[in-house]
Amino acid sequence: MKLHDIAHGRTGDKGTTSNISIIAYHPEDWPKIEANVTADRVAAIFGPGVKVTRYTLPHLCAMNFVVENALKGGVTRSVAIDAHGKGLVYAVLELSL
Amino acid sequence: MKPIRIGTGAGFSGDRIGPAVDLARDGALDFLVFECLAERTIALAQIDRLRNPAAGYDRHLERRMRAVLPDCHRNGTRIITNMGAANPEEAARKTAEIVAELGLPLKVASVSGDDVLDRIGACALDETGQPAAALGDRLVSANAYLGAGGIVQALNRGADIVICGRVADPSLFVAAMVHAFGWSLDDHHMIGKATVVGHLMECGPQVTGGYFADPGVKDVPDLATVGYPIAEVAQDGSCVITKLPGSGGLVSRATCIEQLLYELHDPAQYFQPDVIADFSSVDFQEIGPNRVAVTGGSGTPATGYYKVSVGARDGWIGQGEISYAGPGAVARARLAGQITTERLRPFSNRIEDMRTDIIGLDAILPGSGTAPDPRDVRLRVAARCTDSEAAQAVADEVEGLYLSGPAGGGGVTTQLREVIGIRSAYLAAADVPISVQIVGEPA
Repeated sequence: MKLHDIAHGRTGDKGTTSNISIIAYHPEDWPKIEANVTADRVAAIFGPGVKVTRYTLPHLCAMNFVVENALKGGVTRSVAIDAHGKGLVYAVLELSL
Repeated sequence: MKPIRIGTGAGFSGDRIGPAVDLARDGALDFLVFECLAERTIALAQIDRLRNPAAGYDRHLERRMRAVLPDCHRNGTRIITNMGAANPEEAARKTAEIVAELGLPLKVASVSGDDVLDRIGACALDETGQPAAALGDRLVSANAYLGAGGIVQALNRGADIVICGRVADPSLFVAAMVHAFGWSLDDHHMIGKATVVGHLMECGPQVTGGYFADPGVKDVPDLATVGYPIAEVAQDGSCVITKLPGSGGLVSRATCIEQLLYELHDPAQYFQPDVIADFSSVDFQEIGPNRVAVTGGSGTPATGYYKVSVGARDGWIGQGEISYAGPGAVARARLAGQITTERLRPFSNRIEDMRTDIIGLDAILPGSGTAPDPRDVRLRVAARCTDSEAAQAVADEVEGLYLSGPAGGGGVTTQLREVIGIRSAYLAAADVPISVQIVGEPA
């Protein structure tokens, strides 16, 4: 099962930092998501050079990953095609559970 | 006092204008807010102003004002916007001209003081630890994120249209609530709640079904006609997020949760010029079709420092793209990337950062996927260079692939642009005096 089957989210950007929300569609899936979608797993997606912090809001069945240095050079200087990293949430939603 | 109605007419400078017109005409709004300044926009506007002292405000200002002013006047809707960008006074003067031309009795105000370029030199940049002055003549702009105070003053003085430059996005909305309900800017609890509302609203359609649709799992009805949001805010700070009846889109618990967390770091500490807002207790309840009640939210006193966006010239980016299709498309695109890199070797000491992507395969997400090879792909080569000549060479070498590259390369596009990098610094709020001016009245 992919996380995309049971959760949704979106990406935001500030400078070189990306934030990625992950939200369960159904409360019954929240414990599985909370246990499996960890800061370490998200950091592994990005590889070396990033720092990931996870904040949880259990009453919303939601978590927020703050990925420092995800946007190399920052939105304004990046040579990436998606300089804002708008699509990055889908790298997390691709995770297998 | 009955709830006030605040609409968002734009969530970025390039935003669509039609939905704002719908809100102005049919929204029965007390306030219509246009948020049009991204991190880099104000630096670009500053460069415009250096070239022409009467420029430097949002290039869509006139079009937007003409589109909504008659309806706003008819419905008693006041306008708040950061379309002043690097030149709020001139934007207000221009708007007053349009108002006069339309024969409307509306008062226009500007709020300035965010431009702190003359005071930023000694401040250390977050990213480098070096003082801003070390950027030398590359430094082009420094704008503090102001709070709601200046806008509240303008509204209290009777302004119908308030035009500012850099103000924290939620504060554009906080100001409307503070003015309407007479809250004190020191009432951290209420300002925290108001910041929740502002944060949900500041990106316009991102809370009404935009940036959300994912067919099959997150469907949005009639996205083509997505309605922009309306906040109905009560005196106690509670709020309902909704949109115009008959408009497309979706306001649900899910759209609201996604937007609550958008561009947020620690939900319990959202640093704003007016307050440190606490979003950790915010909750949403669907109380009707496309009607979501927002509860919770709080705040503690602000830090007393303003974040400052520092803009500096930072070289040039040159880029080019070319397509390959059919059997072996990915291998041909890879070969094209390799030979372009090789041909750019004479420029290597002028290239600061470079990447080659295969669009359709690996251009967006980190790591490598497991998808089968697509039928067509597009090679993209992009580099940030010290100078425009080197950046142009990047674009030229991609174009050269037409004749000197792998088989079947087509559809070249190239681009060259100057980079204005944005960095952050902090200034004590006490060092950032704010000035409010009503067009045609003494300061």
